[in-house]
Amino acid sequence: MAYPANYRYTREHEWIEVYGKTGKVGITDYAQNSLGDIVFVESPKVGAAVKKGEIFGSVESVKAVSDLYSPVTGTVTEVNEELASSPEKINTAAHDSWIMKVELSDPAEVDSLMTASDYEKFIAEETGH
Amino acid sequence: MRYLPKSDAERAEMLREIGASSIDDLFTAIPEEYRLTRDLKVPRQMGESEIVDYFKAAAEKNAKVYTSFLGAGAYRHYRPVIIDSLVQRGEFLTSYTPYQAEITQGTLQAIFEFQTMICELTGMDIANASMYDGSTGAAEAVMMAVRVTGRDGVLVAKTVHPEYREVMHTYAQHQGHEALEVAYYPDGHAQAGRIDLEALEQAVNEETACVLVQSPNFFGVVEDIPVIAEIAHKKGALLIVSIAEAVSLGIVRPPVEADIVSMEAQSFGVALSYGGPYCGVLAAKEKYLRQMPGRLVGETKDSEGRRGFVLTLSTREQHIRREKATSNICTNQALVALMTTIFMTVYGKQGMRELAVQNLAKGRYAADALGAHGKLLFGQSPRFHEFVLQTEEPPKRLNARLMENKIIGGLDLRKWYPELGNATLWCATELTTKEQIDAAAAIVAEISVASAAR
Amino acid sequence: MATTNGFVGTTRKVTAHLTQNEPLSFEKSSPGKKGYKLAPLDVPEVDPAALLGGAAREDEPGLPELSEIEIIRHFTRLSTWNYAIDLGMYPLGSCTMKYNPRVNEFVSRLEGIAEAHPYQPERLSRGAMVIIKLLKDCLMEITGMDAIALHPAAGAHGEFTGMLMTRAYHQSKGNPRKSVIIPDSAHGTNPATAASCGYQVVNLKSNAQGGVDVAALAKVVNEDTAALMLTNPSTIGVFESEIHKIADVLHDKGALLYMDGANMNALVGKTRPGDFGVDVMHLNLHKTFSTPHGGGGPGCGPVACKQFLEPFLPIPFVALGDDGLLHWSSDRPQSIGRVRMFYGNFGMFVRALAYILANGPDGLRQTTEDAVLNANYIRKKLEDVYELPYDTPSMHEVVFSDKRQVKNGVKTGDVAKRLIDYGFHPYTTSFPLIVSGALMIEPTESESREELDLFVDAMRQIAREAEENPELVISAPHSTRISRLDETTAARKPVLRWKGPPADDALEVDTPAKEW
Repeated sequence: MAYPANYRYTREHEWIEVYGKTGKVGITDYAQNSLGDIVFVESPKVGAAVKKGEIFGSVESVKAVSDLYSPVTGTVTEVNEELASSPEKINTAAHDSWIMKVELSDPAEVDSLMTASDYEKFIAEETGH
Repeated sequence: MRYLPKSDAERAEMLREIGASSIDDLFTAIPEEYRLTRDLKVPRQMGESEIVDYFKAAAEKNAKVYTSFLGAGAYRHYRPVIIDSLVQRGEFLTSYTPYQAEITQGTLQAIFEFQTMICELTGMDIANASMYDGSTGAAEAVMMAVRVTGRDGVLVAKTVHPEYREVMHTYAQHQGHEALEVAYYPDGHAQAGRIDLEALEQAVNEETACVLVQSPNFFGVVEDIPVIAEIAHKKGALLIVSIAEAVSLGIVRPPVEADIVSMEAQSFGVALSYGGPYCGVLAAKEKYLRQMPGRLVGETKDSEGRRGFVLTLSTREQHIRREKATSNICTNQALVALMTTIFMTVYGKQGMRELAVQNLAKGRYAADALGAHGKLLFGQSPRFHEFVLQTEEPPKRLNARLMENKIIGGLDLRKWYPELGNATLWCATELTTKEQIDAAAAIVAEISVASAAR
Repeated sequence: MATTNGFVGTTRKVTAHLTQNEPLSFEKSSPGKKGYKLAPLDVPEVDPAALLGGAAREDEPGLPELSEIEIIRHFTRLSTWNYAIDLGMYPLGSCTMKYNPRVNEFVSRLEGIAEAHPYQPERLSRGAMVIIKLLKDCLMEITGMDAIALHPAAGAHGEFTGMLMTRAYHQSKGNPRKSVIIPDSAHGTNPATAASCGYQVVNLKSNAQGGVDVAALAKVVNEDTAALMLTNPSTIGVFESEIHKIADVLHDKGALLYMDGANMNALVGKTRPGDFGVDVMHLNLHKTFSTPHGGGGPGCGPVACKQFLEPFLPIPFVALGDDGLLHWSSDRPQSIGRVRMFYGNFGMFVRALAYILANGPDGLRQTTEDAVLNANYIRKKLEDVYELPYDTPSMHEVVFSDKRQVKNGVKTGDVAKRLIDYGFHPYTTSFPLIVSGALMIEPTESESREELDLFVDAMRQIAREAEENPELVISAPHSTRISRLDETTAARKPVLRWKGPPADDALEVDTPAKEW
């Protein structure tokens, strides 16, 4: 699976697509595959503050819950309403299904995140392949 | 020992096959200093007839062939015989929690029916598969409201069962949401015995997570739910209605304005059994689904498109969410809930109403009969089948006289409501006969005749 | 179903049999059908609208209307779709699915017991209080503890009570403390309980043997630790041989040792938690003491403790008065309060006591020995086909992993589902979390050699199927009324109650004219 080159990635398997001072955040294809069928997404509220490395929501499958860690610090400007009725979109198109949009308070934070090739190396190590 | 399906020869052979020289080899992990080398000091092994005799002797020392007017959160209703015939079937009695849906569809479908009937009775959208009882259910309902609103103010009516309030206090201790109690209107007021609406209105604010009332309340009085709901909702607080006498829902309008209903379903075919096991249940509006504690059974299909039932939304629960779970509850009251399911099915749509109306009639008759020789408190307000009687005679003496005639009278309320003076809480159900009520009234009358004659 | 090439095992315990279909009660309901008859009213009729005014119910609740025979058939048919202890072994780990003796059911239904109202006068409740006192005495003797309360309705409720007591104790010493240490092998109720008492959870990684790493524990315990919540034997069935060191490490810093008593079936009559350093613990009467699971409850989770914690036990309690008689007392000024209304699941007290009386000291000890023997027998008979993640001795339960089967794509959950086709309930899958792909097996003492051999035979055949015919196992079960259910849709679009009209697969009645 190709990981979009213009995205950045975290060790907790979130991705962020930055354009200007906004970022779209979602979870990677690797993450959705490990979780299995996603049944519910707990999103933050619009206007909520998020902090880099802290939990901003969660994603549930039938048998597991996974906390979501924000890749950046900022304010939530929009939440993907579609996921409320169709959480399975994350399974079929993880890299297109953004969970929240954040207005970045410190765009420089993105530089310390992994690139697509870093991330691919990272998950290769994790799975031992 | 007759429950153990092995002969000594088999034990010896199995040990040989394992490569152990004696059973002690399998307990070497226990440090020697902690190994018991003596028999436990418990009674010697008894034959089955001895066990039965032991409990029969104990049962003899409990009340037998007494007329009882006790209610107060545990109600004496008739238990249709088929309840025990069915729940004692091994497939229900000795079955495990239905985590493996393919081989527990019996349990799961019965729970689905239970959930449906609870919704129908309470006017809520969703119901869970049971909580321990009405008191812990109320405590969990409060915690649920706190989670939903993110607020920590809690208001509880003083007319909620005193032991429920104690339990809520125990649960709230370390969670930062101690409850404030709201008074009731005194006797003589137009809405005597009901929650003081002015006091409630004053107490509710933007920090209030929930208002909790019981209806019918501890005094047997039915609260004005729509008005209470409005007061709570105006400030964004949730309304929790606690129901201790489930049979009332046959004739009392369901609390549809509530956000959460916490009910004790013991009245639906569960034996009094000196206080437990009973059957709590939580029901709520659909939007609070994810904050609902306890197990939930949902309908779905299998790979061939056949309908089946399954435990669902388990991510709320302790075995997945662990410290972030909605509750730590694991084992619930499943078999007792099955008893209530059978009861509700037996009485059905018409029977539930007829049963409730009979209870209403008996309660009325008893209140009139006994009220003639004492003072019926809160008489102005609508009641179900319980009432408070105030007498000149102290309850202790009154109840002693009744006991001489093999009657257990109303519950002495002094330790919880000293402001009511010599007051007792009485209950009459469909099982209380006219003769029993008349006999009790006659005895209560004796002393009032005597004091009138002085 | 079965592929034509590849090994398919032979089931010995079961064969296929027709079971009745049965829709929801609502789908069989018909207006006017009745399953009840009340005695006629012997007091004047009332007009509900007049008595209740606006509080009167206008609608009728949508409950089904059925006759008695339909109700008996309905629930009887449903019951035949369930597996149960009465049908065969449940190898579920840490559940202790032992025989539920029928005499327990009989005595709990005796009139003076079943019909006792909790508020009836004490002098008419002496029988109930005697039962409570004897059960308490027996359980204190069994656990080696000094005091006990029977109120909690289940294990989780007992844990909650025990942790509240722990907190109250620490508070009385001036520092309520901040955290509770919980091994990563613990049951989910442990961290959930700690959190509900306002404690932070500190996870303790198990050592290479799956037990408590005492050195790691010592590093993590400090004056902010309230307690360690320990299950002993652990959830992998291993006794913590360093238990005295564990207790010392905690007590040194004033922390308490809480024991989750779920696995008491390995200890009764052989050792006592009170003797090896436990300060407070709970029991599960629906596990160790034979009270029935009933499809998920009721349970009973008494909490027992050492003398120094007695002041914090819940109220009320049965005490011997100066008059030599038993009385209910609430004279416990430092009590954590009431944890539920009335006195507890009294019906379960009766059943547990009947179990203890039926066993006596020799029966209780023999029970524990047989439980441990059975688990070790299974371990010996399966260790060549299933991977043992730990080589430490097992007590009453054994944990394997699916490591050898996963190579062919077969996971523990699949083996468990295939076990159903062989006539058994699955063992515990995927728990404890410290073992990847766990198979957690606890036979209990109630299994005969025959049943154990049938289980072993089934598991060995499935191991071979996993090797030679994995698809068969992955798509199991094949023999049940319902195959694997779509849990994803059940969670995404929850349907939690019936709403008419009847489901698509409702029974259709043949018309009289149908030709045979």
